[in-house]
Amino acid sequence: MTSFDSDKAAELHRHLHSHLPSDPALRVKALESLAIERGLVAPETIDAWVEAYSEHIGPMRGAQVIARAWTDPDFKSRLMENATEAIKDFGFEGNATGHLHAVENTDAQHNMVVCTLCSCYPFSILGMSPAWYKSAAYRSRAVREPRAVLAEFGVFLPDDVALRVWDSTAELRYIVVPQRPDGTDGWDADRLAGIVTRNSMIGTERDLKAEG
Amino acid sequence: MFRPDDPLKPRDPVFDEAWQAQVLAIADTLVQAGRFSATDWADTLGAELRAAQAGGQPDTTETYYLAALAALEKLTTKATDLTPSDLTSRKEEWARAYLHTPHGDPVLLTRGQDR
Repeated sequence: MTSFDSDKAAELHRHLHSHLPSDPALRVKALESLAIERGLVAPETIDAWVEAYSEHIGPMRGAQVIARAWTDPDFKSRLMENATEAIKDFGFEGNATGHLHAVENTDAQHNMVVCTLCSCYPFSILGMSPAWYKSAAYRSRAVREPRAVLAEFGVFLPDDVALRVWDSTAELRYIVVPQRPDGTDGWDADRLAGIVTRNSMIGTERDLKAEG
Repeated sequence: MFRPDDPLKPRDPVFDEAWQAQVLAIADTLVQAGRFSATDWADTLGAELRAAQAGGQPDTTETYYLAALAALEKLTTKATDLTPSDLTSRKEEWARAYLHTPHGDPVLLTRGQDR
């Protein structure tokens, strides 16, 4: 019957289309395959990058840097002086991170990082940025009303604590050195690294907890 | 979409979709290869994000990565000998290849040609 055939054809059509990747996925495939053919990129480089940033490179790297700074005064002064050089101790330097500058929280000052232009971020020590860091709302509000933004993260900054917002660029990115919490005396660097959160190194968290 | 993440929630995957990771991977690789600078990338991505916002696009991760893809296409066609029409025709070739590949078989560009 004709109707049966047309139903079948429609079903087959739907089946075929269900395997068709989305428009952006096809655009990326086009770009990637052409870039590989023209020798602009190597396929293994792209695959290795995706695997590294999906699976391996994350905020634990930054946490190790912070824990070392808390336990090793010499390292801390080198970190504050030139973070780009200091993180080479860990092999964490990365081209995507550009120049890195460490900013330290104190009782009198809190630091918070944003990229108002796009989403510049120290990938090689914090991994991929969280979704909210890339959002237009955070990028604009972090400079316009940073205390309100902090409050939404659950950080209620007393009026007598100064707040400094650092705007990242492609060439200069930031890591916040949070304060070491009380109750962690005698902890080694590994244990300390376990309590350093990603958000505390972006500055959207302030008081770390001595748990773990 | 501005919502601080819930610390009690299981960790989200780093990328929602593979193409999003590939966009950043290709962009970073081309920066390393000196095809364009990190500043060019940030400026072009910033312009695309502003355009998306001005055009009323929702403030979502999807919008962000679509802007990143548009920025990558612009910079690549500006900085290399690839042209926008190369990209368009290659995309159509891939679409044809997918439509002519039975489910489960590898999708090759040669599929869907000469039809």
